[in-house]
Parts: sequence; structure tokens; C-alpha cells
Amino acid sequence: MPIKILVTAKRVEDYESKIKVNAQGNGIVLEGLKYKINPFDEIGVEEALRLVAKHGGGEVVVASVGTKDVHEQLRHALAMGATRAIWVNHAGPLDQMTVAGCLQKLIEKEKPDLAILGKQAIDDDQNQVGQYLAEWLGWSQATFASKEESLESEAEKSKTPALQLSADAKTLTVIREVDGGLETLECSMPCVVTTDLRLNQPRYASLPGIMKAKSKPIEEHTPATLGVDATPKITVTKMEHPPARKAGIKVPDVATLMDKLKNEAKVI
Amino acid sequence: MDFELPEDVKALQATIRDFCERRVKDKAREWDAAEKFPLEIVRELGQLGAMGIRIDESFGGAGMGSLAVAVAVEEVARYDGSLALTVASHNGLGTSHIRVFGNDAQKRRYLPKLATAESLGAWGLTEPGSGSDAAGMKTTAVRRGDTWVLNGAKMFITQGTVGDVFVVLAVTSPEKKQKGITAFILEKGYRGFSQRSIHGKLGMRSSDTAELILENVEVPDSQRLGEIDHGFIDTMKILDGGRITIGALSVGLGAAAVRESIRYARDRSAFGQPIGDFQAIRWMLADMQTETDAARMLVYRSAALADAGRPYTREASIAKLFASEAATRACNKAVQIHGGYGYTREFPVERYLRDAKLCEIGEGTSEIQRSIIARELLKG
Repeated sequence: MPIKILVTAKRVEDYESKIKVNAQGNGIVLEGLKYKINPFDEIGVEEALRLVAKHGGGEVVVASVGTKDVHEQLRHALAMGATRAIWVNHAGPLDQMTVAGCLQKLIEKEKPDLAILGKQAIDDDQNQVGQYLAEWLGWSQATFASKEESLESEAEKSKTPALQLSADAKTLTVIREVDGGLETLECSMPCVVTTDLRLNQPRYASLPGIMKAKSKPIEEHTPATLGVDATPKITVTKMEHPPARKAGIKVPDVATLMDKLKNEAKVI
Repeated sequence: MDFELPEDVKALQATIRDFCERRVKDKAREWDAAEKFPLEIVRELGQLGAMGIRIDESFGGAGMGSLAVAVAVEEVARYDGSLALTVASHNGLGTSHIRVFGNDAQKRRYLPKLATAESLGAWGLTEPGSGSDAAGMKTTAVRRGDTWVLNGAKMFITQGTVGDVFVVLAVTSPEKKQKGITAFILEKGYRGFSQRSIHGKLGMRSSDTAELILENVEVPDSQRLGEIDHGFIDTMKILDGGRITIGALSVGLGAAAVRESIRYARDRSAFGQPIGDFQAIRWMLADMQTETDAARMLVYRSAALADAGRPYTREASIAKLFASEAATRACNKAVQIHGGYGYTREFPVERYLRDAKLCEIGEGTSEIQRSIIARELLKG
């Protein structure tokens, strides 16, 4: 039976960009940065596409909050195969409550069966939106979704979804990463899932996909039209680089090394 | 004037870069050393749509333009010149000749498989004794009823042994010289049609190059591509586009040379400081970047003209000439910056230099480009 899934596409700094703290010490220098879709969100898009393919069609709706720049990330998800996009137009600082609030309102409008989000964004690494969202919707949640098979396995090559929907579509089985192992959860639907790194290897946006994405619709909202107060409840007041590592020293012999490890570093 | 790439081309660039980071970056050296044509990777590029960039969506292609091809080829060349040559020649030569001049039946038969690289395209103009000098072509096609009989040989044909679909040019009306040449589509396996792989190239070693031998090959008239005696005239249009992509390939090699040289100049110390602090090295880096940027602008200009449907013969030759010579200079400097290490296979810059040299030769040598540019300047 067809399934409808809402996924996210946060715009984040490319992890290969050099990140520098700005002169005011309250944010980063934005000039010259490259941007990408949050890699965890991309894994979410991939999982949603696989589920829809497996369950005989449906819809993958991708949402993002930010300035018009986020169209680049929405188009990326559309080029991967998402059906349509929703853009919540907002300039200025955003905190996790605003994002979760916007997603909650969108989900109440769109009524998807499932929401798949990245477990966190690689810019501020908050890891909160999925949890807030599930709480406010009153939905079940499974964070850090993963799988047993490796990313080199046959299941991965054949693009089998890792999330298992029951035949009656009432429950979703999710394997999640926990300290030192995996845990299997059975969640009642509807449900919020957040993705971990080993859930899948996202497909590329193919060139024909990129061309098709150009004509897929992007619907516009704002926090105000959704009835969400976008005033941040959290403000970043200070940011600084980690202290530079001090240069190491050379010791003349093993005896000195042992002595220093014992008496100076006190590690043995 | 806007120097930003269109959004879809930027997306294409990101896709190709991601792919090359994951699938090409760590392998290029090995393929070069072993002269291995990476068929699996080429097919994966086909799945991405990178082998049918200009083919219409109705035939399973991406339906993008000349600029998209240029950007894709540049991006691949930043990782592997040979693979970029495969992408350039497949998109640019054989496939384009069928795409532009093929009839409906030919397009339906060949383009969908070429678009996904399920079959690979090759294009045969150059011969053992002639290249850009088409009047010297010796391969002949003689008509017998509904069949043409082809005899002769073609030289340095990219995808010559791995190719499945070949566009071959042959003399049909010897008295008319270059206006007496016709194009034909041949398939691998035609009786009398054989390929001999060419090994030991200086660079572009993991691109496939071969000699094609045609001995009484019977080709039905339905495989004739375009009008009789119109093959070389059509070819000129295909070659103009091909020059843009060789320019783009050169830009990618130049950019790779700059990238590796910056890294090395930062890491390597001499006389107590990073070599990047020496003016001699800094000036080389500055020149390499300047020329690579200038080359890219020339390539983009010719591609933008082509996409706008305006004449671009002169601009394509200018782009190809400058970009290829600038790439060779940049790669040569990169080897110099790397010193003794640059002369070894431990670092990729010697490969870039070997690959770049081809760009001054293939699809018309620098001398031919200068002739074209001057001819275009002086023509009434």
C-alpha cells in the first residue's frame, strides 16, 4: 500500500570547508563557505525513497527551513527522487524548537505516515529536533536508526530499506545504534525516525534526476503562516576555536619515556 | 554579467565530484599504471546520466547542454584525465554525431543505450596517414545496391576496443575531396571489422585507444549517417563541440595541478620553512591559478555560445588552444614544485603532465587550432 513520508533537508556547511570563528566571537565566517544537504538528512531521504519503492509507491515530501538558499538542498532531494518540496521561508537565527515547531505544523497539514529526519545536523550537532517533534506530535520515536548489514552487503546494493513496515502498516521495526551494539524497536505508526550514519549509502542525484527536479513544485510557507513563533529561545553568545595542540617533545631513551609517563603524565 | 553556473549545472558538478571522491580518487593511479580501462566505473557514470548529458530526455539522456558537458568533464579531469577523456569522447564525438545527424530510427536504436553507457561510442576520423587533413583520407566506401563496402583503417580511435557503436568516416566520392566523405554507423562484430588495441601511450593510459581495420565490411545503407558526401561537413560541427570538452578536460588537469601543488607547498619544508614561503614557488602557483582561471572562462564562453545557438568555431579553438597549453604549463610547474617526488609515481602530478600533453594533440593539434583561429580572423 502506498506510503507517505516527510523528510528534511537542512542546509549545512560542507564538512570540507574551513570553519573559522568570526571577529565578534558569536558565530562563524560565512564568506567562501560551501554548503550541502546535512548528510544525515540525505540518509533519511534515501531511506524514504527505498521504503516508497518497496511499498508500491507513495510520496516523499521534503521540507527545509531557511532563506531561499535552501532551495539548493531541496532540489538535491528532489533530484534524488523526492516527489515535492516544502520551503519554510525564514531569515535569521533558528533554534531547534522553531524547526521542530514548523515541522509539527507541516506534519499536521500533510499527515504523512512517517517522518524521517537526520539524527542531528553536522553544523551545530544538537540532536534535538526529532525528539521534540515526536513529543509534540505525540508520535512514537526511534532515534539513531541503523542496520545489521554492512554498507557493502547485498541488501545495501539492492537498495533494500532497513526500516521494516509491518504488513498491516501499523508498526515499524527499527534497528538503532546504542552503546556497544544494536537495539531493535517496534514502533506504532505514525512515527518519527532519526537516522544514523550506517543506515544506508545515499544514491547520487543523477543528471536526469536533476533535470526532472527543476519542474517539481516547491511550496512556500513561513513560520508565521504556520502559526509558529520563530523567536529563538536559545542564543549563541560565544564561540571559540579549540586550543591549538602544543608541540610534542622528544625523549632521549625509553627509560626517560617511562619516567615521564609515570611521573609527569601519570598515565601508567 | 553573471559568472555563477546555473543551478542545474552546479548540481551536476556536485554529483560528479561526490562520485569521483568515492569511486575514482583512490584508483586513478592504479588504472594508469596498469593501462586498465575502468569499465565498471564508466557504466556507473552511465547510470548517473554523465554519459548521455546532451542526449534528449526522450532517449533516456539528461537533455543538458554544452556547458554541462564542459563542467562534467572538468570535474572528472580533476581526478582522472583518462576517465575524463572517456567521458568527453563518448558524450562528444560518436554519440553527438548520431544525436545531431542521425535519423529517427538510428536515434531510437542507438541513443538510449549510449545514454546510459550500456553501449560505448567511438568515432573514427583519423587514419594512419591522415588526421585533420581529411583530403588525405584513404578509407573508402563503395556502394553496391543497398549496401556499402568499406575498406581501410582508422588510427588512435578512443574507445576503439571497448566501443560497441562506431561512427566511421569514409571516402565516397574521391574526386570531391573533403566534400566526398560520408559517415556510417558500424557495430562491433560486423564481418571484416576488427580492432587492434594500442598500448604504451605517454599519458591517458587508462583511456582505451585502438586501430580499426576495415576489410570489405558490408554496411547496409540504413546505417549511413547523414547525407551522402556530407560526412566531413557534419564532422566539423561535431569537432567544434569536441574542442570545448578537450578545453574543459585541460582546465580540470590544471586545477588538479594547482590543488596538489598548494598541498605540497604547505607540507614540504626546505631551509627551515615551508617551500610555499619562497617567492619562486609562490609565483609559479600564482601563474598556474591565473592561467587555469583564464582557460576556464574561455571554455565557458565557447560553451555558452554553443548553448545559445550562436557560432563558436573560433571561440572553441581559442579555448582548446589556450586551455591545453596552459594545462601543460601548469602540470609542468607542478612537477617542478614537487621536485624529485614530482618525478615519481608516488605523487599524481607526473600523471597530470603526461595526460595534459594529449590535450595539445587530440581533436586537432595546437597548430591546427591556430590555423582555424587565423582562418576565422582573416575570412572576408
